[in-house]
Amino acid sequence: MLLERLPATLLLTGTAFILSLVCGTALGTIAGTRAGKWSDTFFTIVSLLLYALPVFWLGLMLVLLFSVQLNWLPPFGYATIGVEMTTWQRIADIAQHMVLPTLSLAAVYLAIYARLMRSSIIEVKQQDFIKTARAKGVTESQIVMRHLLRNAILPVITVAGMQAGAVVGGAVVVETVFAWPGLGRLIYDAVLQRDYPVMQGIFLVMSVVVIGLNLLTEAVYRMVDPRISVGSVK
Amino acid sequence: MGMNRREFGKLGLAAGMASVAGIPLGLHRAAGQTRGGTLSTITHPEPAMLVSAISQLQSTLTVGGKIYESLLRYDFDLKPIPGLAQSWSVSPDGLTYTFKLFPNITFHDGKPLTADDVIFSMTKILPETHARARPIFTRIESAEAPDPLTVVFKLKSPFSPFLGAFDCTTAPILPKHIYEGTDFKTNPANDKAIGCGPFKLKEWVRGSHIHLIKHEGYYRAGEPHIDEIIYRVIPDAAARSVALEQGTVKLTQWSDIEQYDVARLTKLPHLDMTTKGYEYFAPHLWLELNNRIAPMNDKRFRQAVMYAIDRKALLQRVYFGLGKIATGPISSKTRFYEKNVKQYEYSPDKAKALLDEMGLKPGADGKRITVPFLVTPSGELYRRVAEFLRQSLLRVGIDIQFEGTDVAGWIQKVSNWEYSMTTNLVYQLGDPAIGVSRTYISSNIRKGIMFSNTAGYANPEADRLFEEAATATSDEKRQELYSAVQKIVVEDVPIVWLLEQDFPTFTDKKLKNVTTTAIGVHETFGAVRFE
Repeated sequence: MLLERLPATLLLTGTAFILSLVCGTALGTIAGTRAGKWSDTFFTIVSLLLYALPVFWLGLMLVLLFSVQLNWLPPFGYATIGVEMTTWQRIADIAQHMVLPTLSLAAVYLAIYARLMRSSIIEVKQQDFIKTARAKGVTESQIVMRHLLRNAILPVITVAGMQAGAVVGGAVVVETVFAWPGLGRLIYDAVLQRDYPVMQGIFLVMSVVVIGLNLLTEAVYRMVDPRISVGSVK
Repeated sequence: MGMNRREFGKLGLAAGMASVAGIPLGLHRAAGQTRGGTLSTITHPEPAMLVSAISQLQSTLTVGGKIYESLLRYDFDLKPIPGLAQSWSVSPDGLTYTFKLFPNITFHDGKPLTADDVIFSMTKILPETHARARPIFTRIESAEAPDPLTVVFKLKSPFSPFLGAFDCTTAPILPKHIYEGTDFKTNPANDKAIGCGPFKLKEWVRGSHIHLIKHEGYYRAGEPHIDEIIYRVIPDAAARSVALEQGTVKLTQWSDIEQYDVARLTKLPHLDMTTKGYEYFAPHLWLELNNRIAPMNDKRFRQAVMYAIDRKALLQRVYFGLGKIATGPISSKTRFYEKNVKQYEYSPDKAKALLDEMGLKPGADGKRITVPFLVTPSGELYRRVAEFLRQSLLRVGIDIQFEGTDVAGWIQKVSNWEYSMTTNLVYQLGDPAIGVSRTYISSNIRKGIMFSNTAGYANPEADRLFEEAATATSDEKRQELYSAVQKIVVEDVPIVWLLEQDFPTFTDKKLKNVTTTAIGVHETFGAVRFE
């Protein structure tokens, strides 16, 4: 039962997690490097808004706009049911169904990472090695990519690793709103029915996922900043 | 509704695939004729199993109705019409019931259905697994099959409502060759759900959908009309409304659509709405009072509560007009209803006078008494009802204090009499002897059993009349007895009857024959078709 539901949740949360990390970092970097300008103000307001929106409400509004009004995307579900499809058609179909739930789930975390990244960029920007780089005549884009980003992203990775669990938790709401047949829904139903064995099973699976993601975070740390490696302290 | 961009794309996709695979999907056929098509609808909540003989959760009964058929069906006036049985007769003494089955009925595994399967289901399976079928079918003294298409039941004593208990939610027929000698509840075949109805289970993706397809060997010529039914699991109320509005689902039933959305969706040009098809269940909404504890043990207090609630406002404001004010224990949709009973109009003054007479005088803050109220944990609607009742009762000085719990806790508390007040929705099940008397007769005061006489009402005269009415053989006599008992019970007010709740069934205008009997959406759907 759990294994049946796990892929759907991993697909949804994984995509949302990566999307929020990539977009959040990008937005935060843009805002941070242009601190004080209008684009910074704009991104800051947007991220604040996204952060403040309740996930289920955002989901419902997205459905109203993109499914009911515009009719571009399916409002809920995992895939079109009862139609035979080739593998590629099936993939395209699932991708279509994923857009709205992924966006709703990613929005909040995207906002958090963007704000974190922005302040981190502003802080790192004022450090000596950036001035040195600039004095050496390194181009601005090189400075951002090679020096700023690598140093500024560490707090984002820390928080992201800790929040991986919360993303899985947030899936409960999103999966309910979008009728997504994943673990989040299963835990919701299990709570309502007092199905303790199922709940224990889900907690176990979720713990494993969170631990796995934390290990991954550690590995990413070392890649981004080799100084953190334990072996290097001698 | 015109074809939108996405549907158009899908059509192209489907057409493309059909040509690639070389399958004649027959798009031209689906456009004009009445055969074929897919009915997409909702199951809410997702059932735990599909075998309606074993689980009687609402959604199990709805989906199971397509898979498992029964001997009879019932028209809107609850008169029996042929199901698996093409004819039936009752002996004059009311003891022998003979059913003639249709020929060529087969189960989904291809094996024929005979009188043996009927007898096995009624006398072996249902009395063990089906709580509300048990007291009915244990009245069978002997069951015989003189030939494979004839079933004869002999009862221990006359029981008039017997013929009213053969619908597919009470008496579904299961295959003997699969269940004989096994533990019915854990039989692995339960996952395959093998019945004899017009649709069989193809696939069940938990959390997503249940996919039923046509049973090719169905005994009724030309049925089923449609090829497949897809029950989608959509847990969110707003998403269910969107699905209906958008045309993703063509049918909704029971509580799929929230009351406040009904008026808006009814206006949509592509939808039809009816509240018919729930007559067999006739859900009765009431405020249950524990008659064992003060002040609910005083008839005057119960009458005061009855007077204090503006049930018309409850119907209009909370239920958006979907229902009717209940006047007593028997629903006006059920047989043997009596309308000439004591009327409790909305009158806070009468309520206050009764409370004064009891000696419950208002304190400095206007409150006379505080009573705990167990909020029924079956969704937002019950919460709103509770808030309405709190406001109403506060006006006459009765302060009810909410207590929260989950479904399991609620059942435990109510069935063990550990409550003061709560709301409940109870089905009447076609006949007062089956669905009504259980709440009021003292022999059914059984601790730990839900839907028994949990209020603890006991009146020897009511007991006698209910018992006589159940065994009387003529309808006139029964009406007389039920009329008498309704007058007594309404005077005593063991329970504060609120509403005969209506449920909306929405269908796409192109979908026909959905609501044809008193069990509505639980019906087999063999005759359902698109035009």
